[in-house]
Amino acid sequence: MNIKKTAILAAALSVFTLTAATADTIKMAFIDPLSGPFGPSGESAYTSFQLAAEHINAAGGVNGDKVEITGYDNKVNPKESLVQLQKALDDGARYIVQGNGSSVASALIKAVNKYNARNPGHEVLFFNYAAVTPAFTNEMCSFWHFRFDAHADMKMAAITDWIKQNPDIHKVYIIGQDYVFGQAVAKAAVEQLAKKRPDIKIVGNELHPLGKVKDFTPYTQKIISSGADAVITGNWGADMQLLMKAAAESGSSVPYLTFYGGSKGTVAALGAAGVGRLYQVSEGITNLPASPEQYALIEEYKKRFPQYDYYYHRAFNTMAMFKAAAEKAGSVEPIPVAHALEGLSIDQAYGKAIMRASDHQVQQPLYISVVSDDVKYGVDDTKYGWKLVPGGTISLEAAEQPTTCKMKRPT
Amino acid sequence: MSTQDTFDYSAHVPSNAEKFRQRTLPLLIFAAILVAIPLTGPSRTMYTLMHQMGINIVLAMSYNMLLGRAGLLSFGHAVYFGFGGYFAMHVMNWIADGSGIWGGFPVFLLPVLGFGAGALAGAVIGWPSCRRAGTTFAMISLGVAELVASGAFMFDGFFGGEQGISGDRMNGPQMFGLTLGPISQVYWFIAFWTIVGVAGMYAFTRTPLGKLSEATRDNPQRVQFIGYNPQRVRYMVFIFAGGFAGLAGAMSAVNYEIFTPDAFSLGPSGFILIMAYVGGITYFVGPIFGAILLTYMQSMMSDFTDAWLLYLGVLFISIVMFAPRGLAGIVFGFGAGLRGPRPRAFLITWLTHLAGIALMLIGLIVLVEIAVRWSNGYGEAFAPFGLPLAQSNPLSWLLVLLSALAGGALTRRAARMREAQA
Amino acid sequence: METIVFALVNGVIYGLLLFMLSSGLTLIFSMMGVLNFAHASFYMLGAFFAYTIMGATSFWLALIFAPILVGLIGAAVERYGLRRVHVNGHVAELLFTFGLAYLIEEIVKIVYGKTAVNYRVPSILDFPAVQIYGADLPAYRIFMLFVAMAMLIGLWLLLRRTRAGLIIQAALSHPHMVGHLGHNVPLIFMTVFGIGCALAGLAGVIAGNIFVTDPSMAVQMGPIVFVVVVVGGIGSLEGAFVASLLIGLLQNLAVGINASFADIFGFLGLTSASEVGSITVSSLGPVLPFLLLVLILIFRPQGLMGEREL
Repeated sequence: MNIKKTAILAAALSVFTLTAATADTIKMAFIDPLSGPFGPSGESAYTSFQLAAEHINAAGGVNGDKVEITGYDNKVNPKESLVQLQKALDDGARYIVQGNGSSVASALIKAVNKYNARNPGHEVLFFNYAAVTPAFTNEMCSFWHFRFDAHADMKMAAITDWIKQNPDIHKVYIIGQDYVFGQAVAKAAVEQLAKKRPDIKIVGNELHPLGKVKDFTPYTQKIISSGADAVITGNWGADMQLLMKAAAESGSSVPYLTFYGGSKGTVAALGAAGVGRLYQVSEGITNLPASPEQYALIEEYKKRFPQYDYYYHRAFNTMAMFKAAAEKAGSVEPIPVAHALEGLSIDQAYGKAIMRASDHQVQQPLYISVVSDDVKYGVDDTKYGWKLVPGGTISLEAAEQPTTCKMKRPT
Repeated sequence: MSTQDTFDYSAHVPSNAEKFRQRTLPLLIFAAILVAIPLTGPSRTMYTLMHQMGINIVLAMSYNMLLGRAGLLSFGHAVYFGFGGYFAMHVMNWIADGSGIWGGFPVFLLPVLGFGAGALAGAVIGWPSCRRAGTTFAMISLGVAELVASGAFMFDGFFGGEQGISGDRMNGPQMFGLTLGPISQVYWFIAFWTIVGVAGMYAFTRTPLGKLSEATRDNPQRVQFIGYNPQRVRYMVFIFAGGFAGLAGAMSAVNYEIFTPDAFSLGPSGFILIMAYVGGITYFVGPIFGAILLTYMQSMMSDFTDAWLLYLGVLFISIVMFAPRGLAGIVFGFGAGLRGPRPRAFLITWLTHLAGIALMLIGLIVLVEIAVRWSNGYGEAFAPFGLPLAQSNPLSWLLVLLSALAGGALTRRAARMREAQA
Repeated sequence: METIVFALVNGVIYGLLLFMLSSGLTLIFSMMGVLNFAHASFYMLGAFFAYTIMGATSFWLALIFAPILVGLIGAAVERYGLRRVHVNGHVAELLFTFGLAYLIEEIVKIVYGKTAVNYRVPSILDFPAVQIYGADLPAYRIFMLFVAMAMLIGLWLLLRRTRAGLIIQAALSHPHMVGHLGHNVPLIFMTVFGIGCALAGLAGVIAGNIFVTDPSMAVQMGPIVFVVVVVGGIGSLEGAFVASLLIGLLQNLAVGINASFADIFGFLGLTSASEVGSITVSSLGPVLPFLLLVLILIFRPQGLMGEREL
């Protein structure tokens, strides 16, 4: 029930693994879907982490130690994830990386909390790069958990601010996946719209099963008949791609405001119909002005993994922050690294990234972009790519949201 | 008629020594093995594996109460496992809250409640479905399983939605001085309940109800003639099978501290069926063999090969086609053959057969592993024992072809030898 | 109103697709008593073969050759697998097809990878055909409707108007009698199994590109097809047809309804704050077929239009 691709991928990815045996290795376990409907989401992140690790190792590693990332396939199933976590721990991993699915992240946070309490001296840290249910850095916050992606309330604030500036929007339809994350997105949308645009009518608030719907036509037809002016969705992976496939088929021109429009295949599913219609909010897009090194990285990624596009910028941020923290702490042990991560600030390609100490939630600028045919980098092997909308930059300070976290640190 | 009347049954009653040797001794040996295992100082990985094996042994055996003993083919046994586990999970959280009477309930005894919950689910679901046997029963079990699995995503209060229910086993009063924190302490919990489960199910086969369930499987009409209602017999067996599955569910709840609605779905139910069948449903201990082998394949073989499910499928189909009595049938058949009139001829035939199967297996493995690496597309070559078998290497294809042909010839030869002996 | 029209259109298309899948299974089940667990796997094979053939040549060749290929594989499975297991009884046959489903899925994963393949609608049919209440109905869905109708008529003609069809019909209800009359029953079984699988393959060819062509499509479709066959009734193609449409419409209508249990059963004092009250009808879609299955099996085991019990 699991696929370990370390050996296979490492052999293909890196010549540096040959020398890795001589130095100590820092073992990281990447627990995410590597097969099934969400397989591409997991794999494109996995390849991003691999490339980031490879760059770090090429530049001398972390405090001289090499980083090794091993993939564990969890099929977005929380129970299976705990089985894989157990295997990862047995294999000697001290850092757990996961992102796809808040249901999984929630189980992992609880499991890591318990494991660390029961096994002092063998603590592990959980780096969450994409599970964005706000609770994880609020009421559920944990010293062992760090989130490297903006959470749902932060992203929703960006979307609702954009809606606020568009007086043409009067009716909004919310559609999402029926689990803790989709519910959080719907709740945030309803609350924030009521505050920012009380005149807006929410004409639909729909949750569908996670990863099980194969034909979204009935849903898109419902959206059309509701007369919505805009759709808000937190869908990701296949659920995002198929929703847009059905939207393209139904021929309506309602704009879709998404968290994960960048999921593989989504832009291709819409084709020309996506231009000016599919929006996403993310921590960076390839078509932002950037340094030559960043452009080189984007091109290197595409060359190495032609089936994916450079999308998981936060994977590179995660690894960069880990390296910076380990160097600051002078150790690769989880507890010193965790303390060093608190309040750590790095300069990344699209602005600063600060790990807020009070709740372990990264603070970074966010960007609202829309599909355009006039871009430097297209995605999904089409000419369509993501372009910043006017006024679409949300500064780090503006994106910040308060937290209710009462962090308990080990003494 | 008269011969039956004068038949002296007392000559066939097993002596006390025989009873001990055939009934009690195997259980004692089983328990002794479980007690001895921690003395070998197993690694964390080994503990993880053995816990899963213990759970699966109880689960597969509870399934065999239906399929092997009562002849009821179910595609929804995971439902009772799930209900037992979910209830145990909730109780674990009540214990943590310390509310009401639950504060004083030890986590160690959760499997008792799991048994109750599984039996209750069996009683509710079994009432309509046990009225029929055969394919109708199989289809109802499938429908119920899918119904519960998809319905579970609706009632988040009990099932916890997509992320399920998690808990912490380190609460409440301790038993036998076990905190159940470290994995080596959980071992004693699993071992204890595995023994209780196996002993309980063995005891069940000795009861009149257990005997009747076999009679109902073989000839329901005659059961009716002697004054029993086959429907009621099936229903009672179904409740007990559900109970033992629930016991396994509670063991799983304590071991993993999480339960998700996926536990109810067709996948886990199918895996239970395969475990029991591969092990051998006509033997009481068969499912133990199946549970151990398949758990090992699931956890360990998946590290070596991406295609372990393919091997599982091949294994299952081969068992269905060529060895319907399962692994236990092969093992006990081997023993019986050696004790038979011509052990030498039997051994030669058997070894020929084994060599043939091994050769065919080599061909299959080479073929599959080359294909898997080609499919992954990472450019890695299959190189067992340093022998590079790339898909461009004619040697690999020669190896596949030759071993398959030679293996086929050997098995056919073995079959002919067996016919000659018979 | 719009929602109902949409649901009707989608429901009929989906229902006909289900019928294409289940007609073969009904034939096989009624004749051989084998519930073929791997039937949906042949549906999956159809979609993947079509993807390969379409990549090499065109969709139209795929439409013809993919089902034939699937049919041949099906016939081979019957000849060399099922017939062997037959002596061990129905449970062994059922388990054989169960294992086969596992095997086919794993082989597909090795050959085509673990994630979805990009099997697309042919560009010639990739345009909106009609507009209903502001939403486009793609031409490809109309095309599906026609293929399904053509299959329906073809099957009907085959069974009612040809000699072979008469024998098959006879074998449906009285297989032994047909054997006694001197017909080669094993050959009939193999042919019917092949045709049934080919029909499933055809369904895969035309559905794989509007749904998703991935290795999990068989597992997702399999149980629903069983529901259709059992609800329709043994030996009854008409029953399978009615059940297919019924389930297609039920599922699509449910998605279209926004009401929650609290809205419907409010008069009983159910509020939307409670667990049961907050369940919406649209979320019931996946549960309905199985509820129907269990109810039918308990109260009418011969199915809607079947003549004998399971």
